[in-house]
Amino acid sequence: MSNTRPLLEVRNLRVEFPTRRGTLVALDDVSFDIHPGEVLGVVGESGAGKSMTGAAIIGLLEPPGRIAGGTISLAGRRIDNLPYKEMRTVRGREIGAIFQDPLTTLNPLYTVGRQLVETMTTHLPIGPGEARKKAIEWLELVGIPAAAQRIDSYPHEFSGGMRQRVVIALALCAEPKLIVADEPTTALDVSIQAQVIALLKTLAREKGTSMMLVTHDMGVIAETADRVAVMYAGRIAEIGAVRNVVKHPSHPYTIGLMGSIPPISHRLERLQQIEGSMPRLSAIPKGCAYNPRCPHVFDRCRSERPELIPARDTQAACWLYDPASGTQAAEVRADA
Amino acid sequence: MPDMIPAADTRPMLETQDVARFFDVSRPLIQRLLAGEGKRMLRAVDGVSFSIPKGTTLSLVGESGCGKSTVARLVVGLYRPTRGTVIFDGQDLAQARADSTQRRRMQMIFQDPYASLNPRWRVRDIIAEPIRAFGLLKTDAEIEARVAELLTHVGLSPLDGQKYPHEFSGGQRQRISIARALSSNPEFLVCDEPTSALDVSVQAQILNLMKDLQRELGLTYLFISHNLAVVRQVSDRVGVMYLGRVVELAPAETLFTTPRHPYTRALMEAIPDLDMTGRQRIPVGGEVPSPINPPSGCPFHPRCPLANDRCRAELPQLIPARDTPEAVVACHAVEEGRDGGPMPGVALAETGAAVAAS
Ligand SMILES: Nc1ncnc2c1ncn2[C@@H]1O[C@H](COP(=O)(O)OP(=O)(O)OP(=O)(O)O)[C@@H](O)[C@H]1O
Ligand SMILES: Nc1ncnc2c1ncn2[C@@H]1O[C@H](COP(=O)(O)OP(=O)(O)OP(=O)(O)O)[C@@H](O)[C@H]1O
Ligand code: SF4
Ligand code: SF4
Ligand SMILES: [Mg+2]
Ligand SMILES: [Mg+2]
Repeated sequence: MSNTRPLLEVRNLRVEFPTRRGTLVALDDVSFDIHPGEVLGVVGESGAGKSMTGAAIIGLLEPPGRIAGGTISLAGRRIDNLPYKEMRTVRGREIGAIFQDPLTTLNPLYTVGRQLVETMTTHLPIGPGEARKKAIEWLELVGIPAAAQRIDSYPHEFSGGMRQRVVIALALCAEPKLIVADEPTTALDVSIQAQVIALLKTLAREKGTSMMLVTHDMGVIAETADRVAVMYAGRIAEIGAVRNVVKHPSHPYTIGLMGSIPPISHRLERLQQIEGSMPRLSAIPKGCAYNPRCPHVFDRCRSERPELIPARDTQAACWLYDPASGTQAAEVRADA
Repeated sequence: MPDMIPAADTRPMLETQDVARFFDVSRPLIQRLLAGEGKRMLRAVDGVSFSIPKGTTLSLVGESGCGKSTVARLVVGLYRPTRGTVIFDGQDLAQARADSTQRRRMQMIFQDPYASLNPRWRVRDIIAEPIRAFGLLKTDAEIEARVAELLTHVGLSPLDGQKYPHEFSGGQRQRISIARALSSNPEFLVCDEPTSALDVSVQAQILNLMKDLQRELGLTYLFISHNLAVVRQVSDRVGVMYLGRVVELAPAETLFTTPRHPYTRALMEAIPDLDMTGRQRIPVGGEVPSPINPPSGCPFHPRCPLANDRCRAELPQLIPARDTPEAVVACHAVEEGRDGGPMPGVALAETGAAVAAS
């Protein structure tokens, strides 16, 4: 995969929110690639900036949020500075978006059938009759029972999970090259989830569709993603092949995160949790943003900010893995 | 009554008796007349009975669209039942509706954190609203202190109180709705997918908090989640729903070690494989049936490997299962003893996989 040119290149992305209380930096120097046919999973603390990263890519940052630095390129063409109208075409045809909130995508006043048909007739060379046939097929593909009967229903007549599946159908029906999927399976039961995941994987394999998959569900990540980025406080804390990040994480935050996954095989008296909470954007500590919660913190962590460097099997933004950190870090590494 | 577990010495906190809720999903009258079709009713919930002893947690699981959120809304009185009764602490909810003390005692955390927070209110006012509405605290200083405490409980900062909901991420908003639900000191909480918008570490914090509150204050929970690992951690008992009905209701340990209903077993097979052992998830086969035209007899029969003629004709009732009578199961095969008996569920299967892999 590394010899192909990436489909998506995000470089040093910085997103800011000017507020009366000063400028908040929501994303700070975020860089990653997604190759054709590749699924990049994005996980991390709630509020870390996962949705923000997705919104920046599809050009839908909510004002006053704005891209204050860096570049985003799709198939070699910069898309972070396109005029609104041009970006709208890119968004429909080349990038499909599945939002965390299904209500923002679905228009409550139109039937789901009408919304699917309009999306297809806008972006594909087909007429309304064929589009309606395809709309029913898509609804069946995402597992809506009696699709032909329910195509003329309004969004509020569907359950939470069914609405989410309609949103997935809407994102896929124009056959985009890149899908930015923000929590696409959160509202779904395990069985439908398995079905949707299988569908997304088939698209990646057979049509070379790439995907940025934001989710809290490590099971979904383990099954779907090729690589995983772990975000914390507006930055990437760790990135690497899925197996290495999930099974052999290096960054102390990732280690804590993986340790919090509830087991299915037995009941715990108390779930493992990371003590404390992520800093507010207006109070990100100097040095490593994780340092107030990190069990391995040492002096350097409180003064210098770590960048992504090779760690055991991944890339991690952590001073433990910098040879220049000296003996203190080596001791902690040996213990960890 | 399907509830076979003796409820301590107290009355149940909540009881539903044959509760049903249908929705009219007919096309507009004129179109119906033209096409010569009748009314179409969607049976979202069709005869659900369970009881939740005080201080315990009952979880509901089941496929998307099987009626879990509708049960939740019936239980807190947001929907009126088409049939049946909901009894809250010994009182029929239909009569208790107007009683504000009763309303204070039950709260709901909604599945969708976007729709349930008023966008024009500051977070501190959203959280304080139940406190003010029920006159629980007198002075502004007391209210402010309580709001700060609640925000801290759910992993946010007291300073976040001055912001508006749109300034928060999805998971942060869900924590706000949890803080709001806790603010009126409810005794009974209905939690509809409370943690699915949260990362696993915040999820662990919230679930631990819920357990602590249950231990300290004796809270009772009706808990809804798609995540079976989470359900295993929090539940005393679990009800499995299929197409508007409960098909199995059992103590959590029994359900996870020896699932009996063919649908429950299928659900367990579909659990994602976190260990990356290469185990293939097996989605429940067959078409998801429509609640508008539910299948005859047992609603699971079109997808069930054990279905026979009786299943296609006769609706099975919830009765204590052979060999695991602490579970009630609605399945002819289990009743007739042709299901192969109790078989290891996830717990043992997982250990097996681990052994095989090592
Ligand atoms: N309009 C806004 N004004 C100020 N801050 C904002 C605004 N919108 C989001 N934020 C902040 O930006 C940060 C990143 O939010 P984002 O929605 O990307 O989080 P996330 O990683 O997707 O979290 P979750 O998993 O909970 O969805 C959060 O700390 C949030 O509070
Ligand atoms: N207001 C309504 N009007 C018409 N049909 C409805 C309404 N509310 C729910 N339904 C239908 O009732 C059924 C059950 O919906 P419900 O929301 O209870 O499912 P659920 O089990 O919570 O699903 P999910 O896991 O997807 O949230 C679904 O078929 C849904 O389409
Ligand atoms: S840089 Fe230091 S504080 Fe940050 S994660 Fe690594 S050891 Fe912990
Ligand atoms: S009653 Fe028959 S169809 Fe229904 S679950 Fe049991 S065996 Fe299967
Ligand atoms: Mg998000
Ligand atoms: Mg629901």
